[in-house]
Amino acid sequence: MTLTSPQFKDNARAALADAQLQRALSKGLGFVERRRLAAERLPEFEALRDGARDIKNHTLAHLDLYLEAYEARVIAAGGQLHFAVTAEEARAIVVDICRKVCAKTVTKGKTMIAEEIGLNDFLEQNGIQPVETDLGEYLIQIRHEMPSHIIAPAIHLNKDQVEADFRRVHSHLPKDRNLAEPQTLLTEARGVLRERFLSADVGITGANFLVAETGTSIIVTNEGNGDLTQTLPKIHIVLATIEKLVPTLEDVSTLLRVLARSATGQDMSVYTTLSTGPRRPDDPDGPSEYHVVILDNGRSSMLGGGFAEMLRCIRCGACMNYCPVFNAIGGHAYGSVYPGPMGAVLTPALVGIDKAGHLPNASMFCGRCEEVCPVRIPLPRMMRAWREREFERHLSPATVRSGLKFWSFFAKRPALYGLVTALASRLLWLFGRSAGRFRRLPFAGGWTRHRDFPAPQGATFQAQWRRRRN
Amino acid sequence: MAQPGKRVGLLVTCLVDLIRPAVGFAAVKLLEDAGCTVEAPRQSCCGQPAFNSGDRASARALAEQVIATFECYDYVVVPSGSCGGQVRVHYPELFHGDPNWHPRAARFAAKTYELTSFLTDVLGINKINARYAGTATYHDSCSSLREMGVRAQPRRLLAGIEGLTLAELPDADVCCGFGGTFCVKYPDISNAIVSKKAEAVAATGAGTLLAGDLGCLMNIAGKLQRLGRRVTVRHVAEVLAGMADGPAIGEPEPKRAAP
Repeated sequence: MTLTSPQFKDNARAALADAQLQRALSKGLGFVERRRLAAERLPEFEALRDGARDIKNHTLAHLDLYLEAYEARVIAAGGQLHFAVTAEEARAIVVDICRKVCAKTVTKGKTMIAEEIGLNDFLEQNGIQPVETDLGEYLIQIRHEMPSHIIAPAIHLNKDQVEADFRRVHSHLPKDRNLAEPQTLLTEARGVLRERFLSADVGITGANFLVAETGTSIIVTNEGNGDLTQTLPKIHIVLATIEKLVPTLEDVSTLLRVLARSATGQDMSVYTTLSTGPRRPDDPDGPSEYHVVILDNGRSSMLGGGFAEMLRCIRCGACMNYCPVFNAIGGHAYGSVYPGPMGAVLTPALVGIDKAGHLPNASMFCGRCEEVCPVRIPLPRMMRAWREREFERHLSPATVRSGLKFWSFFAKRPALYGLVTALASRLLWLFGRSAGRFRRLPFAGGWTRHRDFPAPQGATFQAQWRRRRN
Repeated sequence: MAQPGKRVGLLVTCLVDLIRPAVGFAAVKLLEDAGCTVEAPRQSCCGQPAFNSGDRASARALAEQVIATFECYDYVVVPSGSCGGQVRVHYPELFHGDPNWHPRAARFAAKTYELTSFLTDVLGINKINARYAGTATYHDSCSSLREMGVRAQPRRLLAGIEGLTLAELPDADVCCGFGGTFCVKYPDISNAIVSKKAEAVAATGAGTLLAGDLGCLMNIAGKLQRLGRRVTVRHVAEVLAGMADGPAIGEPEPKRAAP
């Protein structure tokens, strides 16, 4: 994918002016209300969040051991494990596996890691046709877009856009068919995809969890597409990253209890599918080869550092559902694979703060993301940490730096500060008192372009206080 | 009730000092009526703008300045959840690992309170005698809500104000889009967020919007006024102190009678 995070401001402006997008965002999917109700229904929800956090912390602290244990179990179950340090390596591994069976079509369940490594483009360049089978992913694939949300990739689209795309792409179907209802769209997608499932040579899925105790990979879905993707083709490839490791199935059960509730407000996702190795002799179905590609892509260097807690993330999307910025501009404006608050912390770690500087800056630090994060990642604190890195490396904009310098010069000298602010408030009061506010103010265009600025009441509090008390 | 003579240092905040001193005097009245001795030593800023811009060195210098100025008081009271949160939550974080300053910052943080929280949680006040005619709605500032645990306190005090009816604001826990320097660094996004908030405020039908943070209040008031919505906007302390008779935020001073 092309990183457009450096153009975040332009992206955001375009998003705010995009009527279709704004219509889709204003409708939303009701995740906020549903999560709230789900959390209220479960008295131990807060305790489960603590448990989930602790499981992830423990695993990350002993990641080397759990990776080794996991590898041994995968191999024992007849699976093959591949480690990839970079996105390039991961792509090459996947294409090699596909080539060995002369694969022409690959079906894909939902995986953000494939987005992260730009897998679809690479497969196409190598003559392999990837077919997304998650409805949202399928929609954005036929539109040549990227996901705008990590669990609801097409949340930026309206029904009428989907209808238009289906008529454009499914040109073999009758022109006069009725596609007015969501159900008819769904049925059509199901019909089109069913043929693809059956003809695919390789199925690629992500993983929500990798279980060290059993060598199992686990996906949770609501559409069942993941199951067809991984059972029907000859080869199943699991794409995952190192932080998906979890020690035991018992731990998974704790994480599952917070995952769906945080994501969609469901008690459980509709399908929770466990895969351990390829098809065994007495299995009724399943792939004959089972591969797991574990990608690092910069994550191991986050371990033990200031951003390690980000590796707890279980990709529920609650932080973006609750984020006022995300809800105003949608996910594409972030210009990276991972949008919203979790992306604002993770993206700079993956691509560099020099390119992704806007993302951790475009936050009010309102704290709603941290409040709902199922594994209690201190997202605002880590966004601030990125701002500190930026400031230390002199990457923050010159206007911000000189403004801060000017302001802190006075703030560090309270007496001088008192004089200057007294003068400023006096002046603003003189010019502003008759109207009570300013419609325009020099050096405050960012404020007054959109709202009035109140005139001060006259002398500062401190000036009045000293006059009264002396 | 607190023993009379509790010495309270008022951290007045930059915005109140510069834009709306009336909030500071309302806070002083509330505290003095409750039997506290209030002092407002010479002060500038808590350092939050530097802290949130990644300038940790300046943030630390300003935090040291505030601690040194205010640590002699029994309590430090702030008419803002945002500046209060900076002291209470982020000062200890700023000095993390510093054997000299961290304990000082932690002790200081523990005696720093947002105004309505201090009145109710520390002084045990449940009712204040004041009048305010009309319906008001209340916006929870993010820092008050999520850093200072302030939600019930202002509502409890407002419930006792004679003549005042409180109409709850839908999505009161959603940020107004101010976010300190955010609103000028990303003005278009901030505008989208505050526009939604202003419409939600207007839709309650309340004639007055109250909150405990001047930053949010200036932001929402400025948007309401730009949209031509007739909602008066005040800091909650003005109403609690019975000092809500002057012009509201952004409203003109009454024309003086000809001499």
